Amino acid sequence: MLELALDVRRGSFHLQVECRFASEWTVVFGPSGAGKSTLLRLLAGLDRAHQDEPVRGRVAFEGDTLTDTARGLWLHPGHRQTALVTQQPSLFPHLSVAANIAFGLRHLDHAARAARVQHMLELVDAVELTDRRPQDISGGQAQRIALARALATGPRLLLLDEPFSALDGAASDALLDRLQLWLRQRRVQTVLATHDITDALATNAEVLFLREGRQSALGPANEVLASERKRLLAHLSAT
Amino acid sequence: MDWQAFALTLRLATVTTAILLAIAVPLAALIVLGRSRWLAVVEALATLPLVLPPTVLGFFLLVLLGPRTAFGRGIAVLLGHPLAFSFDGLVVGSVIYSLPFAVQPLVAGFASVEPALVDAARLLGAGSARLVLSLLVPLARRSLIAAAVLSFLHTVGEFGVVLMLGGDIPGSTRTLSILLYNQVENFDYAAAGRTSAILIVFSVVALAIIYSKREKRVSPAGGSRA
Repeated sequence: MLELALDVRRGSFHLQVECRFASEWTVVFGPSGAGKSTLLRLLAGLDRAHQDEPVRGRVAFEGDTLTDTARGLWLHPGHRQTALVTQQPSLFPHLSVAANIAFGLRHLDHAARAARVQHMLELVDAVELTDRRPQDISGGQAQRIALARALATGPRLLLLDEPFSALDGAASDALLDRLQLWLRQRRVQTVLATHDITDALATNAEVLFLREGRQSALGPANEVLASERKRLLAHLSAT
Repeated sequence: MDWQAFALTLRLATVTTAILLAIAVPLAALIVLGRSRWLAVVEALATLPLVLPPTVLGFFLLVLLGPRTAFGRGIAVLLGHPLAFSFDGLVVGSVIYSLPFAVQPLVAGFASVEPALVDAARLLGAGSARLVLSLLVPLARRSLIAAAVLSFLHTVGEFGVVLMLGGDIPGSTRTLSILLYNQVENFDYAAAGRTSAILIVFSVVALAIIYSKREKRVSPAGGSRA
């Protein structure tokens, strides 16, 4: 279970969220600028404190406190067993695809590291890219590798910030199906941020609806997104 | 040609550059990645030698490292000789004098690395040392080369600090720039011309070799063929 109570200001933007994600798969849904990416970065521990706009709040996962500003507690992003995959793959340009995936696996010996890299490449269907450089692969392939790199470390919590935007519909669906199965088998709790209602409905997950930094609703997808779904269907029938 | 002065200048520049890179890489990383407000003061202090007249810096170091201060006396006891008017003293002076020439290119290079890459490395468990050695340094390799070249050539050509702190002791503190000054004072313009030519050729050749070996710029983002 992921528990969060956050109160963060960034200039005129104010993010205020207090909730619990109990489901294995939670979708943070909202329009652009609603605060989805900010929320995921806070959960990952990347936005510790801006000089004049400190983060206030608490984040706990499975009973472990990750952030608690009242106690001055902030766990390093690398120690949270949390992975974040964003729209921008951010692959290390000076390393091969295999070396990118192996970056977080220094604790493993050579054979175990190579086996883990191979397994992750198979998961994202990119075995043929092993020795390629990030600048020699497509945007969609780079997103697959970024996902493989994040999962290779064996996270307990996976944060996805519209990570399949460069994949076409069929490829995205196939990868999502494989990914969901893989995550379920390993009991990895996942939070997916998206502004695409079809993504939110496809996963049949618990949905947090964010509007202008505030939580508008939290619950099953078919309830929280009922009005959005009606609006989408009306729009489709009109066209 | 005074080969002793030539060899001493090369030795001074090599030792100074090695020490400067060892100091400047972590210092630049701290300036770029750190969060403390005090880092502005640290950066200002690291840049100060750039705007101080070399003779002023040399004078302060001469007093600080000489027998007039407890620090200078302590160093003399520790090393068995005073730092002023010695090769070791020249190294200390050169490191301080050339510090901005090593730090500034590295700060610019490290700051140009995409923050998203730093975030990705942090999420994958990289601590500060790994972040610097496995990410910032390889991605800012050209800045590292620039820092090394500038530090080396700046040390080769320095005069004010060397004269104030080291004087003119053959084989110990007489560098090429001091030799050139002596030759001009003695109206030996032919020898001064040869020494100047060596300094110029040396600088041009060093820059040309290093810039000809630089690698092509690598795109920081993945997926250029989308």
